Amino acid sequence: MKKAEIREVILEILKEIAPDEDLGDLQDDKSFREQLELDSMDFLDIVMSLRKRYRVQIPEDDYIELASMESTVAYLEPRMADLEKV
Amino acid sequence: MPQTVEDRDRIVITGIGLTAPNGNSLAEYRQALLDGQSGVQDYEIRYVGQTHAGLCDFEETRHQKRKDRRRGTRAGSVGIYCAAEAMADSGLHLDDLDPARVGIYVGVTEHGNVETENEIYELAGYDYDVKFWSHHHNPRTVANNPAGEISLNLGVTGPHYTIGAACAAGNAGLIQGSQMLRLGECDLAICGGVSESTHTFGIFASFRSQGALACHDDATRASRPFDMARNGIVVAEGGCLYTLERLDDARRRGAKIYGELVGYAMNSDAKDFVLPDDTRQAECVHAALRKAGLNADDIDIVSTHATGTTSGDEQECKAMRSVFGGSPRTFINNTKSFIGHAMGAAGALELAGNLPAFEDGVCHATINVEELDPNCHLEGLVLNEPREIGRPTYILNNSFGMLGINSVVIIQRV
Repeated sequence: MKKAEIREVILEILKEIAPDEDLGDLQDDKSFREQLELDSMDFLDIVMSLRKRYRVQIPEDDYIELASMESTVAYLEPRMADLEKV
Repeated sequence: MPQTVEDRDRIVITGIGLTAPNGNSLAEYRQALLDGQSGVQDYEIRYVGQTHAGLCDFEETRHQKRKDRRRGTRAGSVGIYCAAEAMADSGLHLDDLDPARVGIYVGVTEHGNVETENEIYELAGYDYDVKFWSHHHNPRTVANNPAGEISLNLGVTGPHYTIGAACAAGNAGLIQGSQMLRLGECDLAICGGVSESTHTFGIFASFRSQGALACHDDATRASRPFDMARNGIVVAEGGCLYTLERLDDARRRGAKIYGELVGYAMNSDAKDFVLPDDTRQAECVHAALRKAGLNADDIDIVSTHATGTTSGDEQECKAMRSVFGGSPRTFINNTKSFIGHAMGAAGALELAGNLPAFEDGVCHATINVEELDPNCHLEGLVLNEPREIGRPTYILNNSFGMLGINSVVIIQRV
């Protein structure tokens, strides 16, 4: 997957876990928490969704990388490069 | 005029919020009961296959965000809907109340089966590797979940918990609420019972293994307490929560009062895991009558618990015959014939469906009785068609459950 596809995947996951939010104005360089009502359980949902869909394992120490769309995509790019979007 | 201790101890119902398989408000539900309209339908659930169930179609997102619905449980969602509707009905606004003085007491038959089954089903797709087990499992399955979701939704900071009381739980929730008001532990109790049991295959499968799961070509006729051809229980979901207040508080604010909880009792059979005991059931009714200072023939309507099992219906009828056999003015009905067995919500829902009789003077029927089982014959049983009885003064509501738990409440017209 390329960066744009990974971004799409993350958006799909966010739509699932935050269905009341408008994600149209999401700014990639700003933290999710600044823009959305997300708590620690929601970030665990992102981790679990990636694990279930793509078998991507994100160690707890790396959760900090999921702060914004930009940092999330950058973190996932090398880990999902060989995967097809489903 | 100084308030009397007596008035501080008198507990009244000032709001009702409910969802039943045949109505999402008291008005809809009552009309369905008077019209003989069943809420039971054909239903399929994993592993069990085709069966029947009483399913609710309330609007989940009327009072709950979609995100919270996704995170929580069906029982929590039922509870949130009922609590918000009860609050609206009561005319009370949480902004005007001290949220620490509101208590939430929710009866449940069981909780956690649905969520555990779903999680295991999901996990099977991952070869039972528990790193795919949801972090939501524990907050969804803790026993206080349905009450806790209500407190989160309303912003209530007083006590919240569930009362696990098998199918006596709806009455038990009401009783707990009234006791906490009398103890001064809260000034407003949101209480009653909820059920999400239609979403667990285990409940259906267990009743089927026990030979106690109802089956009929016409789903609307499957739940048929007292009928000769009855063959078991129809599982239902639903909820009914009441706002309870002290009489003096309710009068001070000019609240609409549905009735006063004048008597209640709970006891145990101490005899069998599943079989009921008519002697202890009768004792429970007598204890509630004593607490209310009433005789059996003071009761105008008895709302029975009967679920449609051969033994259970007979035992309850035997108990009711022993208590009300000499009470020609007492009318008897059953609500499960319309909606199935709403488990933790049953007692609370079945009482609610009868309360409008205080105003309209009608005792709704028990439906689906084509041939009355002689062992279920009761003077005053209102069969198949509602009956005009004049405005009642007292309604008595039975609710019994497995492990031999019995509960009775008596409501007086105010």
